Amino acid sequence: MTRHLLSIDDLSTADIEQIFTTAAEMHDVQRREVKKLPALRGRTVINLFFEDSTRTRSSFEIAGKWLSADVINLSAKGSSASKGESLRDTVLTVTAMGIDGLVVRHGASGAAEQISRWIDVPVINAGDGTHEHPTQALLDGYTLTRKLGTLEGKHVAIVGDLTHSRVFRSNVKSLVKLGATVTAVAPPTLMPAGVGDWSKTAGFATSYDLDAVLPEADAVMMLRVQRERMSGAFFPTAREYTVGYGLTRDRLAVLKPGTPILHPGPMNRGLEISADAADALDSVVLDQVSAGVAVRMSVLYHLLAGEETSA
Amino acid sequence: MPAQQTPKAHDGTVSGRVVLDAGDISRALIRISHEILERNKGAEDLLLLGLHTRGVPLARRLADNIAQVEGTTVATGELDVTMYRDDLRSHPTRAPHRTQVPAGGVDGKTVVLVDDVLYSGRTIRAALDALSDLGRPAVVRLAVLVDRGHRELPIRADHVGKNLPTARSERVSLRLVETDGEDEVRIA
Repeated sequence: MTRHLLSIDDLSTADIEQIFTTAAEMHDVQRREVKKLPALRGRTVINLFFEDSTRTRSSFEIAGKWLSADVINLSAKGSSASKGESLRDTVLTVTAMGIDGLVVRHGASGAAEQISRWIDVPVINAGDGTHEHPTQALLDGYTLTRKLGTLEGKHVAIVGDLTHSRVFRSNVKSLVKLGATVTAVAPPTLMPAGVGDWSKTAGFATSYDLDAVLPEADAVMMLRVQRERMSGAFFPTAREYTVGYGLTRDRLAVLKPGTPILHPGPMNRGLEISADAADALDSVVLDQVSAGVAVRMSVLYHLLAGEETSA
Repeated sequence: MPAQQTPKAHDGTVSGRVVLDAGDISRALIRISHEILERNKGAEDLLLLGLHTRGVPLARRLADNIAQVEGTTVATGELDVTMYRDDLRSHPTRAPHRTQVPAGGVDGKTVVLVDDVLYSGRTIRAALDALSDLGRPAVVRLAVLVDRGHRELPIRADHVGKNLPTARSERVSLRLVETDGEDEVRIA
């Protein structure tokens, strides 16, 4: 297994499968009265978040605590960073306190990898800019594997603001590794630049036509329209986006029965996903949240519990 | 470290001399089944919890034996102690096996932990910790097919198939039909 988890590229298909096997066991622990495993007793994990986050941070926090690690949350936003401290100094300071693992979220793509070169403890990328969010992709893959049995040969549509989405980038890589067929659907303005070459090497399809893709899909992943990352006008109005690319009640009807609907959250109800879809029987949004804790426990266990591997 | 106590013949070669053959193993398990029943005064509230890997099929065999004698089914389960080991840090991590306890849980039950080879006692220490996170059994007992000595903790088995005096340098290899294709205990 990898020393750091910075990108899905760090994991082989076998690694991902091992993470899922372990996560399934962790999932059972979630249902126990005593939700505690001693695997990381005496280890300290710091969640260093330079961007707002509630679900990912609390998910990592619960995961660490259920494995008996001491978890400390540092919101670097509005503290040392705003006082002018460099990223390197902040990270070296935190690491000098004697920690065993660092979970990082940062607005700059590549931040986690840069940090991993400065310090000697395992680094887990909890989202870096528009680059990757590997644990989100793992929990999505895990949720789908549990719903569909296997992803081999299954068709997953990923729909939405792909340009700004690190969830999309990580998911494409992991779903393809797990044998799924992926179609990325977005309006031309939100399709990442250079997707043509990338989709050929990575092995996924692209489309601007959601209505053509939906009836073929075995699973639909709706992504959030990230207004906070948008500097220009990517679509005329929110209404227009919904008409073209929202999972509306009408579109829900064309899905094959039992097609799981995913959304990494937080959802913009009425924009990319209608209330009917978000609350549909086949919506697995809350399964994703509970899988998130299990998968992050699994990742923390595999990266931090075992024999120290040298960098 | 069951993997080291009971080396599997990965390369297919089987070395050493046979100390228990299939008949010996079967007779030992029948005797242990009777001992468990005698000690428990019947099959009531019994839960046979097999430790991964080879304790699991052994627990099932004991349950089958008890079912034949008493005519009642006995609950069985599986316990994985990976997360509770004290040597986690000295090995690369591996995915844990399934932990499975019947719907009734372990509370108030007579839990018999079943393992293949008792050696240092560290696996059993980990199993006791794992068990206490699952609930509060009324009684916990330990049944092993082979006790090879060299305990490192104050732990002993209640039911032993065969006491096997060994040197630390010797290797005890226990193979079962369910996991290895044949029933056999070898010492090398």
